[in-house]
Amino acid sequence: MKDLIQIDHLSTYFNTESGKVKAVDDVSLRVREGEIVCIVGESGCGKSVTAMSIMGLVEEPGGKVVNGQIHFDGKDLLQLTKNELRTIRGNDISMIFQEPMSSLNPVLKIGEQIMEPLIIHQKLSKKEARERAIQLIEQVGISRAKQIVDSYPHELSGGMLQRIMIAIAISSNPKLLIADEPTTALDVTIQAQILDMLRQFKEQSNMSIMLITHDLGVVAEMADYVIVMYAGKIVEEGEVVKLFESPQHPYTQGLLKSKPVLNQRQDELYSIPGQVPNPLELTESCYFHDRCEHCMDICRTQQPKLKEVALQQKAACWLYEEALVHG
Amino acid sequence: MSLNSTPLPGAVGGTKPRTKSSSLFGQSMRRLMKNKLAISGLVVVIIMFLACFVGPFFSPYTDNKVNMAVMNKAPNIKHWLGTDALGRDVLTRVLQAGRISLTVGLASMVLSVFIGALLGAIAGYYRGVADQVIMRIADLLLTIPGLPLLFIFGALLSDWKVPTEYRMYIVMFMLGFVNWPGLARMVRGQMLSLREREFMQAAVVLGLNDRRKLFNHLLPNIVPLLIVIATLNIGGSILSESVLSFFGLGVMAPTPTWGNMIDAANNLIDFQEHPWLWIPPGFSIFATVIAINIFGDGLRDVLDPKQKR
Amino acid sequence: MAETLLEVNHLKKYFPIHKGLLNRTIGHVKAVDDISISIQKGETFGLVGESGSGKSTVGKTIVRLTEKTEGEIKFKGVDLYTLSPQELRKIRPSMQLIFQDPYSSLNPRVRVGDAIGEALLDHGLVPKEEIRDRVLDVLQSCGLSSYHIDRFPHEFSGGQRQRIGIARALVLNPDLIIADEPVSALDVSIQAQIINLFRKLQETRELAYLFISHDLSVVEHLCSRIGVMYLGSMMETASRDELFKNPLHPYTKALLSAVPIPIPKLKRERIVLKGDIPNPADPPSGCKFHTRCPFAVARCKEEVPVFRDAGAGHFVACHLV
Repeated sequence: MKDLIQIDHLSTYFNTESGKVKAVDDVSLRVREGEIVCIVGESGCGKSVTAMSIMGLVEEPGGKVVNGQIHFDGKDLLQLTKNELRTIRGNDISMIFQEPMSSLNPVLKIGEQIMEPLIIHQKLSKKEARERAIQLIEQVGISRAKQIVDSYPHELSGGMLQRIMIAIAISSNPKLLIADEPTTALDVTIQAQILDMLRQFKEQSNMSIMLITHDLGVVAEMADYVIVMYAGKIVEEGEVVKLFESPQHPYTQGLLKSKPVLNQRQDELYSIPGQVPNPLELTESCYFHDRCEHCMDICRTQQPKLKEVALQQKAACWLYEEALVHG
Repeated sequence: MSLNSTPLPGAVGGTKPRTKSSSLFGQSMRRLMKNKLAISGLVVVIIMFLACFVGPFFSPYTDNKVNMAVMNKAPNIKHWLGTDALGRDVLTRVLQAGRISLTVGLASMVLSVFIGALLGAIAGYYRGVADQVIMRIADLLLTIPGLPLLFIFGALLSDWKVPTEYRMYIVMFMLGFVNWPGLARMVRGQMLSLREREFMQAAVVLGLNDRRKLFNHLLPNIVPLLIVIATLNIGGSILSESVLSFFGLGVMAPTPTWGNMIDAANNLIDFQEHPWLWIPPGFSIFATVIAINIFGDGLRDVLDPKQKR
Repeated sequence: MAETLLEVNHLKKYFPIHKGLLNRTIGHVKAVDDISISIQKGETFGLVGESGSGKSTVGKTIVRLTEKTEGEIKFKGVDLYTLSPQELRKIRPSMQLIFQDPYSSLNPRVRVGDAIGEALLDHGLVPKEEIRDRVLDVLQSCGLSSYHIDRFPHEFSGGQRQRIGIARALVLNPDLIIADEPVSALDVSIQAQIINLFRKLQETRELAYLFISHDLSVVEHLCSRIGVMYLGSMMETASRDELFKNPLHPYTKALLSAVPIPIPKLKRERIVLKGDIPNPADPPSGCKFHTRCPFAVARCKEEVPVFRDAGAGHFVACHLV
């Protein structure tokens, strides 16, 4: 499979009142054609900012992509002008967000919002665009498409709105769909529908999906390849079955153990002690060291690099560095 | 989509004991100090206050004696801003007028904030009949444009021949009275929205008594809004007083205020030939009100971030 | 035989829908429509449902944050709705609520120590000079440190704030804690900490929980009996093991099969429900679930199924069982 998007050494920093936050810190990853890559992590780990950096949504003075390249279709997205980027955003890369309600304009009809990009990017006439809009609404599994076209966002439920967002996102047949927590605000039965639908579209059009989520269950169901982020860094990545079967990084291990799993009740859940470090107080170290059971001296003073620790699996942890040295 | 407006989730941390002041007030003040525009506004306001309340002590002309020898003199070394038709030093009079104008502005603000906050809080907390009565009165007052109302009051005062030395106090009350309904409405709105917040529901479930709910939970959340409105209110009051006095309906000569000093501009000869009579008080009003508003806006950004944009 | 702590009988809560210039009532949202629950001393009852199921309204109506429309709520044998405001205030400490959002449930201008201690003071439960000690005690049992007592809520992370919320309820020594989605807003690693805290506190004090959640895996973990709600009605109640091993109601089955499980390539038979949750203001006739039920027959559309015992304390409202 060919690489569709390749991110090298991406760093995105935010300026806050109390100092500089390295929201994304030297992150490299790639998504291949027709692949679903899940970025998983807790709030503040930088998974959303990675997506925003790809879409060019990080804006000064608040934040800035300070380093890195994002290669998409032979172009470095970070070097493009605003106009070139907008064309790519409208045609080749689409994004859906967690809150469909706030991504849609409340005073415009659903139809108008689906038609708008069709008219601008695909140069359809108004009538064609309307027909295509109805078709798209049907495609995302909403019956009564002809009525829905003329309704306003507040008349629809959250699940329906997320479908509409997906309809808008796939209207241009994008090569890459970035979905930032697309089902977090939805009920489980609706989540199941949406995930099914995303998978279906992927199969049909060979679209790649970058799925950002905090839910390991969603990851296991959707992903081909998983990237685990912590405090702005990738701590582990790998093929999905391997990563879930034998997680290598203590953080990934802890995360998997601490999630309550249906039909696997334990009396006491494992829990990772402590909490995510303050991004303003990070110093050269493994950022997970103060919560890690295996913490060694070196973890406190030096940052481990992401290394291949098993076939198709990389982790950034001194445990494996040691193993390499001694073994 | 702006990330910087919401604090990053991890940034709240606070795991380790820190020495830095953690009070909300201290934090707000640090943030205010970073807003250069607001601080420059504050500096201008402070300079104005100091000049008006301390400045006259250094002037040899505070007795305001009529001195026909130096009538309508242009600015010179002895009289930095010249003299008026009665030979009084304009600079001294502008500073003395500032005392009155600023006092009237402050006092009427205090009065309107007091009435407005009290009535607004009662309406918002108890709702029901009290709310209806208070807010309908407020609505009624709001439907009458403020300035004409003040003009009528002013005219009545002149008609009743109220002694000029008392007029200043009456003007304060008038301004305070005209301003409270808007304030009451804002405080009530804030109260109503706070009531719906989860921490107020928590207070109900904890079975806290009314006094604690009001004084420990609701009021502290309204104070920042009050400070902002109060600050912006001072500027408005100074303007209103000036307009009233300019038309001879507010504080009257011989008590000088910035408003009745600009009255000089009413006279075509003074307007053209003696600009030093009306430019200094005019500039003082302009600078003070602008500075107060800039400072107030800065305060709002710091204390009441929801109101931003 | 354990003592019954809370008894909810045929609780109904209708919210009127107003419309027009005259604010006429044109209908009702039946947020809670004839729900009965009983909770024993020291027991954990889980209430599960999707948005619009009315599960949160049940919790709020029990603590009288909203008033009931009909039905009876007995706490330790006392009907809460017959109490005067003063009597109600007296009984409040023994029945506490924990909120979902740890950010909005703490007053940003009240220090943590005061937030926890003020109810003790108001109810005169502890002499004034002992309050600080009590607060320190409870902070510690909730996994917080003593120096946190003088901090403001904004200095804490979400998980720590939720601990503060729990400490605030716990300091009053309640018999019942109603927890409304207490871990939904938290990250996975923090979620586990809080779930463990809930369990530990129950072991050390004789606490009963009404645990309201949409997350079946969390509920399975913590609760001994579980009720499943849909559009204001109870669909099924059973003990934990019974419900998860042998779910009877099609909605429960669908719900269980929709929960993503962190085991890739796990083959599961999935019941994907069609369509959306209907508008609670205009619920379907008959069985409220029939519009989405894959097994619905003609009868389901016309007749409301009776909530009945299917054996061994397993109650279900379905024509097909």
